[in-house]
Amino acid sequence: MEYTAAQSGFRQQHNMRLRNSSMDGSDGSQLFDDTSATGPGAQGVYRNQQAGPQAAGGLPGQSLLSDPMSNLAMAYGSSLASQGREMVDKNLDRFIPISKLKYYFAVDTVYVGKKLGILVFPYMHENWEVSYQQDIPVAPRFDVNAPDLYIPTMGFITYILVAGLALGTQNRFSPELLGVQASSALVWLIMEVLAVLLSLYLVTVNTDLTTIDLLAFSGYKYVGMILGVVAGLLFGKLAYYLSLLWCCAAIFVFMIRTLRLKLLSEAAAEGKLVRGARNQLRMYLTMSIAAAQPVFMYWLTYHLVR
Amino acid sequence: MSIQKKKKHMAFTLYTIIQTAILCTNAIAVLHEERFLSKIGWGVDQGVGGFGDDPGVRAQILNLIRSVRTVMRVPLIIVNSACIILLLLFG
Repeated sequence: MEYTAAQSGFRQQHNMRLRNSSMDGSDGSQLFDDTSATGPGAQGVYRNQQAGPQAAGGLPGQSLLSDPMSNLAMAYGSSLASQGREMVDKNLDRFIPISKLKYYFAVDTVYVGKKLGILVFPYMHENWEVSYQQDIPVAPRFDVNAPDLYIPTMGFITYILVAGLALGTQNRFSPELLGVQASSALVWLIMEVLAVLLSLYLVTVNTDLTTIDLLAFSGYKYVGMILGVVAGLLFGKLAYYLSLLWCCAAIFVFMIRTLRLKLLSEAAAEGKLVRGARNQLRMYLTMSIAAAQPVFMYWLTYHLVR
Repeated sequence: MSIQKKKKHMAFTLYTIIQTAILCTNAIAVLHEERFLSKIGWGVDQGVGGFGDDPGVRAQILNLIRSVRTVMRVPLIIVNSACIILLLLFG
């Protein structure tokens, strides 16, 4: 979407220049030029924001600001733009909670390093509980067990780039394929999160896992996928299978240990055998969520390493 | 040949999610109450039983079917009509 907005912004600037040069000889009426600058502003906020400053900067030698009509038009255009931006912000905040998202990106280098280490080697980590601070979970900067969205986002983008690299080494690359890879990985991610949400609803687990938490947990497998594909590119197919096996086992253990604390009841989470159909169902749910991760990891990477 | 096979296999777009969602919701919405669901014991009056804190998977599924059919009936009409018109116009 930004690409087409930039394109239309450039096109409008080009049209402005053409119209300007043709009108320069005859009249140079400022009114016509200025309404064309603010005309498209009624259509879309983004185009106006991009075309406005570009048109104003791309008219050298025009005394744009001295005409009262152009002042009025520019003030109207900028008020339209700010109104549009307010409306977009307000509506966006209703659908995507921006303030809650900020919590998930409050990370620092130490946290990222430790978390990546746990993702690849979770066998030595002992305390998996998330510490709370007056009912709200502590920011990821302070607790290594808290889920974050930085690693999944970076992992996703790196996965797309590594996929492009892998396809390039096999002479199968074209720029559309990057978009295809990105959208198919995104679709699988969304479907996985929806499936987990549906199964959580069906089993009536009283948990404080939010949708964004599930998105974060599903995004942690991209780290393993990237390691597998890079090893496969550098050292061949055997290295790909070995590193993928290692990362699959690591992600499996990581997910079980993390989800166990959130999904199961406290008695079962401590390792005691609790009878009852409900606890058994919850255990099956945890195991199947954790088992789905290696399946996806293999599914999304096997076509990249030949 | 293998490139074509791979492309057909992996061409998932966000549009397929919308298609999948519409198709699944339609599938749930066409389950008829007295002709089908009651026959297999999944009717509206056969689900609500336990008031304890263990509704069970079956009761949750019945609740889900019932609520999807109630809530999504009118929006589905609108969305399906829009899809029909768009497919007729643009193929």
